Amino acid sequence: MKIVEVLGPGCANCQRLEANAREAVAMAGVEAEVRHVTDYREIAAHGVMSTPGLVIDGRVVSVGRIPSAGDIAVWLAE
Amino acid sequence: MTTLTVRRAHVPFRVVTPVVVIAWLAAWFANLPLANWAAYDLLGLERGSHLGDAVAFFFLDVPKVLLLLLGIMTAVSFLRSYFPPERMRAALAGRGTLPATVGAAAFGIVTPFCSCSAVPLFIGFVEAGIPLGVTFAFLISSPMVNEVALVLLWGLFGPGIAVLYMAAGLIVAVVGGLVLGRLPLEKWIEPWVLAVRAGGGATSLDIRLSVEQRMRDAWTSTKDLVRRVLLYVIVGIGIGAFIHGFVPTELVAQIGGRENPFAVPIVVAIAIPLYSNAAGTIPIVEALLGKGMPLGTTLAFMMAIVAISLPEFVILRRVMQLRLIAVFGGVVVAGILAVGFLFNALGI
Repeated sequence: MKIVEVLGPGCANCQRLEANAREAVAMAGVEAEVRHVTDYREIAAHGVMSTPGLVIDGRVVSVGRIPSAGDIAVWLAE
Repeated sequence: MTTLTVRRAHVPFRVVTPVVVIAWLAAWFANLPLANWAAYDLLGLERGSHLGDAVAFFFLDVPKVLLLLLGIMTAVSFLRSYFPPERMRAALAGRGTLPATVGAAAFGIVTPFCSCSAVPLFIGFVEAGIPLGVTFAFLISSPMVNEVALVLLWGLFGPGIAVLYMAAGLIVAVVGGLVLGRLPLEKWIEPWVLAVRAGGGATSLDIRLSVEQRMRDAWTSTKDLVRRVLLYVIVGIGIGAFIHGFVPTELVAQIGGRENPFAVPIVVAIAIPLYSNAAGTIPIVEALLGKGMPLGTTLAFMMAIVAISLPEFVILRRVMQLRLIAVFGGVVVAGILAVGFLFNALGI
């Protein structure tokens, strides 16, 4: 069970990233929970200064951009 | 598990890029003759008539603004991906107040990818021990002196006004940052912000991206930006075209003119609730300037529209108390008024 966290206060970019992450989970066929983290305290605790950020199992894999579902699926499979 | 990567039919970007650049240049140079032809020949409107001028202005400006946005934004987004905020923070930390403030204001020109980043950026700066005044210099210049505004000013008015606007904006940001840095404002920051200790996770400095990926990101974000501002641009140009064709020059000169001492405060007061992006504002400003509105009044109007953003203040409320936001807003307004009066007094 992987934990995928989308870091971002909820603007359009963050929502697009969340949608890509959900698509990626379906694509990769792995068991994963996608959480959208909007709390600034939690975002800051990851050391992320540019949103949206993407965290897989506690590791920051992307910041300040919207990776495609295909890219995220590759990270999920790693 | 490379089988997971979905293979999309794509032409290598080494081929696409030069083709797109040539198409862009061709469209740029064809724009003026095509706009005139469409307004005066195709529609048969009379040269010099109110309607003819307004329509020609519209046909000229819509493609021009779109071309500028698409072309320059892609280039700027691409370059920006090499200057993430972490790099900027590292460059600013531990410098003297003046160089750090000037640096922060200059970095503000290349605004972050996402407007929601204001708060994480603020926290990241505070955490690194960067003085509050330096952080505010960035927060002032980031919306005010942004690449969209500069590109449009350059394209529609020429380099002179773009450089003047940039200089004025940077001065407001630097002076504002220095003033705010002198005030004891730390006590008005929410206490939890000061307690944040980031767990040394990966940052954008550790994440490697290929040139092609950066290029694709730039194009995607530009497309999104253009889609988002398109309506504002068209409405803005429509209003600009109306002003250009129909509003008498005497009226604009009378209200916004140098002789009217209230012109600058009035336009700033009008601009504050009109929060919009630079893309929709500049065509209106273009028309006003063309109608004889003096430069100081025009600059103040535009700065107030883009720099004083109620949505941003609402976001900042999460990390700072209302009093601090009020002081911050007050300093920005004072700076903008000063720019307006100064340029009007200089009579440029």
